[in-house]
Amino acid sequence: MDNTEIVIDIEHLKKSFGKNEILKDINLQVERGETVVTLGKSGTGKSVTLKCIVELIRPDSGIIKVLGKNIPELSYEALQYIRKKIGFVFQSAALYDSMSVRENIEFPLDRNSDLDEDGINKRVEEVLKDVGLSDSIDKMPSELSGGMRKRLGVARTIALKPEIMLWDEPTTGLDPATAREISNLIVDMQKKYKVSSIVVTHDMMCAKIVSDRIVVLKDGIYTNSGTFDKLQKSDDEFVRSFFE
Amino acid sequence: MPKGIQTALIEIWGLAEFSERYFKEVFKPPYEIKELIRQFFQIGNKSLGLVGVTGFIIGFVLALQAIPTLQPFGATSLIPAMISISIVREIGPVITGLICAGKIGSGIGAELGSMKVTEQIDAMEVSACNPFNFLVVTRVTATTLMVPLLIIYADAIALFGGWIALSIVSDMSISLYFSQIFDTLKFADIIPATIKTFFFGFTIGLVGCYKGYTADRGTESVGIAANTSVVISSLMVIIWDMLAVQITNIVY
Repeated sequence: MDNTEIVIDIEHLKKSFGKNEILKDINLQVERGETVVTLGKSGTGKSVTLKCIVELIRPDSGIIKVLGKNIPELSYEALQYIRKKIGFVFQSAALYDSMSVRENIEFPLDRNSDLDEDGINKRVEEVLKDVGLSDSIDKMPSELSGGMRKRLGVARTIALKPEIMLWDEPTTGLDPATAREISNLIVDMQKKYKVSSIVVTHDMMCAKIVSDRIVVLKDGIYTNSGTFDKLQKSDDEFVRSFFE
Repeated sequence: MPKGIQTALIEIWGLAEFSERYFKEVFKPPYEIKELIRQFFQIGNKSLGLVGVTGFIIGFVLALQAIPTLQPFGATSLIPAMISISIVREIGPVITGLICAGKIGSGIGAELGSMKVTEQIDAMEVSACNPFNFLVVTRVTATTLMVPLLIIYADAIALFGGWIALSIVSDMSISLYFSQIFDTLKFADIIPATIKTFFFGFTIGLVGCYKGYTADRGTESVGIAANTSVVISSLMVIIWDMLAVQITNIVY
């Protein structure tokens, strides 16, 4: 594997909360353009790993290189620079509920892009078209359905054209049809923006649609890795339990 | 050390660090002017009704209570002086400060606590926007500047309320009433009373933001953030007032 192609490189990542050791020894590499799905039981630290990558949670030890920079060692300014290249889609969508759909997308663009007012308006319209929310531009988040809220969360994230996307349970709480739509949206975004992604999910349909590779988290370490088809035929009962 | 004292010391240390960060960030660009103006409106304009009504009642009741005490001695003419000193020096700032702690402090605590619980603050952080600058700097600046204005407004309405009460039992004209007030009030009354209101405003904003910004996960923490914001900022308003009186007595 060519080292320059690796956009996320995690080595020996550890994180405890009190006496509860969540991440014991996480090692993961993500290549440019690759979509890696993380499977694992609830509470095993999948979301914690994502949050360590963007320094929302500070790890106890380990190396997290994103685009060649070791995140825990960065100054606040350098971290903000790297964060502009990372999109994070929250499980709850985390929409700014006092702002309209348009303002939700304008918020990061205003502060982190060189676009003028016209450019920002065009970008807002473009990303809303990408996620199929053009008609909802002046609505408030409280007026949107669960699927629309997820779409808006995606639109707000891709507005800055990130190189890396981190998806925290993107289909949780959605009906199967909407979950499939969101999964297809992830693939569409992947094709259009050529991003590298880590997707945390329990939804095997989503995993099948979006994944290039799946890694399985058990007891604070990644135990298995492979394509959807390979892991589906795994001898490991724990791995197979996700596919049944 | 008892756990209660430990908790109090941790809170004080947290507040001190939070205020240090505020002073570091307040002069650093980008300046969130649009949000600051929105907060001026939210904190200032939307409190006018409550502060105005309370101010009127304070002045009205103070005059009503003073009249039966002073009238038998033929000292009704001293009532404007008594009301003005009481309201401008003490009652206006403290009562309005406490009302602002309740209305504004709880609102900020609940709003930021709710944003924390629903990961909106995290979302700002990971999109490389500085949530402290957008949420905290704007709100603390707005309360620091708006609470003094609200207190001046409440003082004016309270003095007017005092005249209304006085006009029921005497034929004192409004011009005589206010000229007696302006004859009585000195800069030594007005300046310390105004300076302390900036501290009230700063404290109300800072405590509300601190409790909301550092709220735990879970909906219960939103209520706790709102509640503790009011309790701590009300207590601190009283403490600031006590210190202000001591310092004023030394200086003047």
